[in-house]
Amino acid sequence: MLNTERKPITGKRVQLMATCLCDAFYDDVAVATVQVLEHLGVEVVFPDGQTCCGQPAFNGGDWAASRKVVRHTVKTFAGDEPVVVPSGSCAAMMFHGTVLEFEKEPDLGEVEALGRRTWELGDFIVNGLGVKTWPGRFAATVAFHRSCHSRGTGSSAAAATLLGSVAGLKIVEFGEGEQCCGFGGTFSVAFPNISASMGALKLDHLRAVKPDVLVSGDMSCMMHLGGLAKEEGKPIKTMHLAQVLRDALKNVGQL
Amino acid sequence: MRFQQIDQFAAELKADTRAAVYDGSKKGHEKRTKLLFDEFPDANRLRHIAGEVKQHVVENLDTYLPQVEAKLKANGVIVHWAATAEAANQAVLGIMRARGATKMVKAKTMVSEETELAHFLEKHGMEALETDLGEFIVQIDGDHPSHIVKPIIHKNRREIATSFEKNGLGAYNDDPQTITRRARNFLRHKYLEADVGLTGANFVSAESGRLVLVTNEGNSRFCLAATKCHIAMVGIEKIVPRDYDLALFLNLLARSGTAQEVTVYTEFISGPKSPAQPDGPEEMHVIFVDNGRTEVLASDCRDILRCIRCGACLNVCPVYRQASGHAYRSVYPGPVGAVLSPLLMKEKFPQKADLPKASTLCGACQEVCPVNIPIPDLLLRLRNRAKEENVPSPGTPPMGAWALLASQPTAWKASLFGGKIINYLPTKLLPIPALRAWEAKRSLPEWRGGEFRKWLKTRKSRVD
Repeated sequence: MLNTERKPITGKRVQLMATCLCDAFYDDVAVATVQVLEHLGVEVVFPDGQTCCGQPAFNGGDWAASRKVVRHTVKTFAGDEPVVVPSGSCAAMMFHGTVLEFEKEPDLGEVEALGRRTWELGDFIVNGLGVKTWPGRFAATVAFHRSCHSRGTGSSAAAATLLGSVAGLKIVEFGEGEQCCGFGGTFSVAFPNISASMGALKLDHLRAVKPDVLVSGDMSCMMHLGGLAKEEGKPIKTMHLAQVLRDALKNVGQL
Repeated sequence: MRFQQIDQFAAELKADTRAAVYDGSKKGHEKRTKLLFDEFPDANRLRHIAGEVKQHVVENLDTYLPQVEAKLKANGVIVHWAATAEAANQAVLGIMRARGATKMVKAKTMVSEETELAHFLEKHGMEALETDLGEFIVQIDGDHPSHIVKPIIHKNRREIATSFEKNGLGAYNDDPQTITRRARNFLRHKYLEADVGLTGANFVSAESGRLVLVTNEGNSRFCLAATKCHIAMVGIEKIVPRDYDLALFLNLLARSGTAQEVTVYTEFISGPKSPAQPDGPEEMHVIFVDNGRTEVLASDCRDILRCIRCGACLNVCPVYRQASGHAYRSVYPGPVGAVLSPLLMKEKFPQKADLPKASTLCGACQEVCPVNIPIPDLLLRLRNRAKEENVPSPGTPPMGAWALLASQPTAWKASLFGGKIINYLPTKLLPIPALRAWEAKRSLPEWRGGEFRKWLKTRKSRVD
């Protein structure tokens, strides 16, 4: 069961969990996340000791290794402010995966407590802060990829609400939208053939509707689909939800 | 082996087979979704209720099994208990021998696939003929089913026509109606010759001892109408508490499995033929099969015993669609099989410990499951079990060094900056298996390790 029950938001200060993928590859997504949150009047704190949510080892089956990282994360994100993360996948790890791997551990309570204050970015803006429309302008046809770890959460609907409200932005639906992009963490390197075939199928569906940009709430899906498309010699433009929201503000001089 | 077995299998799969599996499962999924959600305003609520009912049964089997045995006996049924596949097969053989029977007609039942009953009986000089069209084709081909409800989803009609010709069922003709008519003509005579009819059961009501069978071809009815002895082989988890519960389960099963409101035939069997009935089996046996289920019940994956074998998780699974059912080397393929098959191996779990890895954990399987089994969670538990039992996992990167790094911020930050070196190296040539596997199919984005942290610092000094 998804442990999606949240502590209500009090105050306007959040801790940012930037994710290992932003730390290593997608720095601009983390920058955009800070700018978007600050635009909403939210003070953003970045706990410097943060590393990773622990998901790679959790999904790979090495729960002992994963718990070690999660314990570090719990320590790093001490306090009671909401933790905001620009990834549905890392968010789900915090409020669901960790609960599973700590089921028989004495510190389950602390892990659950962090999960209850962790929010995926779009979910936080729409369902946490109650912001339903986004100002600015972003003139583009957007295909929004609903990432799998947002199933059963408010994230995909929240992203659609925000994107749909941006002036100039048109969302296009594409075939088999509910299907996975094929990334799957360690799956992508242990099952490279199936993983790439799944991605190719998704790219076919996407290209059929000719979007200007593929938007996702998860860097891992962007990395997989973008990397596949580039390797095929037919690159596609990918952007994170936070980047679109930030650029919408920039385009009208609000940033 | 560089990668996982299932991935190798998928890479070598014939394009025809992949297309047949992909199209068949995709269509099945789309029809299911439409039918379920067009008709029930809150189909998800129904899935949750059904899941709770089945979970209740699974956790109270010790109460329900004696109850169902008493009911069956009162209904005139002879009840057998089989702890293993071998014991179940021996029970069937014993019943046939006691009757001097040599010929059996079989309806489709997954548990008899599990015990390899047909092979077992043939080895002991008995004829055991599959009468479900798909299973019949699998049997004459010496093949294996590749889907729980659509055993020949991997075949096209040209292949079937060829095998009919080879098996003396008429000259090559790939018209589906002709194929079906030929099978029917052949099978009709076989029903009349057989002494024993074997079926499974989709549900058994603890309240009444009624067995419920859902089928579409009518073959199970023929199996029962023409034979004198009915044997039902039933997994011990097939119980529902009350007849009333069948309304929920039959509605969900037909819609989830074959996208039908109701299957063509739904049979309720309460015992052997009564004196008032003109025909039907005079003798009825139910063999309850454990074959590993008690071990599953004792594990942290017992939720998988809720499964009602609809196949919806196979149809929606992107990995199943690419790999086909045979990739799973098991009677139960797809997401449910990736959980159940390794568990049913008992102490030979390591032989199938790779199955739970064949998933992106996308969660589509749980979303369609009529009994809401948390399949991704169970896959994860089994991955952890494989790791704890030190089962080798080709292609899965080791996590020890990463965990060390990710729990020491200083080392982590140093490696973020150090990682930049990959922007200047021919990464495709580096001897790092995970990196090579990634780069064989996808480019890596530019390494920008530590850039965000740098931005934060410079920005802060600007603000201060």
